[in-house]
Amino acid sequence: MSSEFLYGIEVIINGLMAGVLYALVALGFVLIYKASGIFNYSQGVMALFAALTLVGIMEGQVPFSHLINAIFGTELHHFGWEVPAFLAIALTVVVMVIFAWLVQRFVFRHLVGQEPIILFMATIGLAYFLEGVGDLMWGSEIKTIALGLPQGNARWLEDVTSALGDDTFYGFFVRQLDIVAALVAMVLVTALIVFAQYTKQGRAMRAVADDHQAALSVGISLNFIWVLVWSLAGVVALVAGVMWGAKSGVQFSLSLIALKALPVLMLGGFTSIPGAIIGGLIIGVGEQLFEYTIGGPFLGGATENWFAYMLALLFLVFRPQGLFGEKIIERV
Amino acid sequence: MFYREAGDFKTSYEADSQTFPIAFDRYRYWVILAVAYLVIPFLINDYWANAILVPFLIYAIAAIGLNILTGYCGQVSLGTGGFMAVGAYSCYKLMTSFPDVSIIIHVVLAGVITAVVGAAFGLPSLRIKGFYLAVATLAAQFFLVWLFNKVSWFYNYSASGQISAPERMLFGAPVTGPNTEPWVQYMVCLVFVTICAIIARNLTRGTLGRSWMAIRDMDIAAEIIGVNPLKAKLTAFAVSSFFIGISGALFFSVYLGAVEVGEAFGIQKSFLVLFMIILGGLGSIFGSFAGAAFLVLLPVLLKVIGVDLLGWPTDLVSHLRLVIIGALIMFFLIKEPHGLAQLWRIAKEKLRLWPFPY
Repeated sequence: MSSEFLYGIEVIINGLMAGVLYALVALGFVLIYKASGIFNYSQGVMALFAALTLVGIMEGQVPFSHLINAIFGTELHHFGWEVPAFLAIALTVVVMVIFAWLVQRFVFRHLVGQEPIILFMATIGLAYFLEGVGDLMWGSEIKTIALGLPQGNARWLEDVTSALGDDTFYGFFVRQLDIVAALVAMVLVTALIVFAQYTKQGRAMRAVADDHQAALSVGISLNFIWVLVWSLAGVVALVAGVMWGAKSGVQFSLSLIALKALPVLMLGGFTSIPGAIIGGLIIGVGEQLFEYTIGGPFLGGATENWFAYMLALLFLVFRPQGLFGEKIIERV
Repeated sequence: MFYREAGDFKTSYEADSQTFPIAFDRYRYWVILAVAYLVIPFLINDYWANAILVPFLIYAIAAIGLNILTGYCGQVSLGTGGFMAVGAYSCYKLMTSFPDVSIIIHVVLAGVITAVVGAAFGLPSLRIKGFYLAVATLAAQFFLVWLFNKVSWFYNYSASGQISAPERMLFGAPVTGPNTEPWVQYMVCLVFVTICAIIARNLTRGTLGRSWMAIRDMDIAAEIIGVNPLKAKLTAFAVSSFFIGISGALFFSVYLGAVEVGEAFGIQKSFLVLFMIILGGLGSIFGSFAGAAFLVLLPVLLKVIGVDLLGWPTDLVSHLRLVIIGALIMFFLIKEPHGLAQLWRIAKEKLRLWPFPY
């Protein structure tokens, strides 16, 4: 095989790995959208917030220390202990559940029955709010996640695959972290599907997604289900936040992955979990391949900033409901 | 007692269909114009111009533009920053290519160019609706910013990748460049704001505005009663982008003087202008002004209180600002989805009855 072809395959593999992470964020969107019709723009900031909380708990930071110091003139920074990773993760999940309950109780309960676009804008407000709270709580400097996730490229894969090409080819360069992320994402998706298909709460969740009124009439508590899906979305956000945070540090730009998840959703359809995954893979591979073949050599690079949106835009012109979305029927 | 229609007799069709049917409103309007044109230019200093008044006026134009698209025509757009960049860069190219032509003409032409670009990016709106369209406009935002970053023709191959406005005169006074007096900046922006607001107000009262509102309220029904959706949506995109382009051109040439595209016209700018119209009131020209004033004043106010009075660190105050803006947006959407403009309408209703209970 020629090396160019092999490099092409390497680009595709890396694109797939990036796509898995996009899909992970998109999954959080789909969960909330299906159950409550809310298009949750703050998903990316939730990922950021969850990652910040995890790091903050692990390092034993005092929440809101900057604010407290500014008001009372104290010098608080750390509790002086370090929390083991599994306990910190459990605590972060608790924080995300509390967050879900607060959001449901104080914001979206009051917005039931509003137009979707109003709900969307409310989540943009929520995103700003949460970003500010996250910064106030844990400080805004770039943090690293010390969960012991493997870094660097996967040597064994390079060794195995270098035999495929000639002397100039040194094997596929894939980061170990990406492989771990892909595995975790697969486990997470399987767990979600099992939860939705085989548990009582999961069935209730699907019932709500299907028809709010009918679900209400058979005795399913909408409030509970909404808190549940927001909590699930929070857990998904935590996983996405940890994976992205381990890759590029926990910082503000993490919240921008929400924007990257939007074209994924447009491709896959807002209501479909498989759609979110396949959409993520298409976008991941598409933008890497475009950058490799056309963007880098001819357009001056950095095309991944907009390629996903353009792809989704073109795609939507021909299929407005996305790949797997329900057919849009409009009545007057 | 003072604020009422009674006793204000209209004897011609023009008088009957004027913008402000209540006499008190008309006097108020002229008083505000008189203060803005005849008093403020003599009192203004550098701090007030740069921190509050000039950004307020420029954002007001952008908010009017976005309000036409989102508030009147119902097409949510997250591409405002990108369209402002088109205005800024076309103004820059025109200024450097034709140095002898008046800056006013350049700014208006920049608006026209932005209108064409906006209409092109509005084409998908015929197929895509709601969120899908909002995401599609993100394509415009990211693509345009990338374009102005990568293609060096747009910034005349300058090494820094920035564009900076050369000095241009108008009636013998420098309008752009480092030697501009604050009152000149203010007056130029004020003239543009006044004209834009009058145009926008009258457009939205006319046939075109009604067709936009019909599309917003229910597009299929509007199509059935004979509103041409192609025409209505594309004109909304074009007119909206025209205003946004003008504001981008002024933002670059008169206000900042030098910009770097990713920093000045990034996605944050799109959200800022969107928040202005949500807080101010969707579908209201007054709301555009109120929202712009609010979101320009809020950071200044917080800075004065937090940093200058309480002595808190700047980054803490900027985080608090995010929290407050986010909370305010949610609060407004819950309590008053029609924004500050609705509060103003309620106040006017109360005034009409005052001091009698009924």
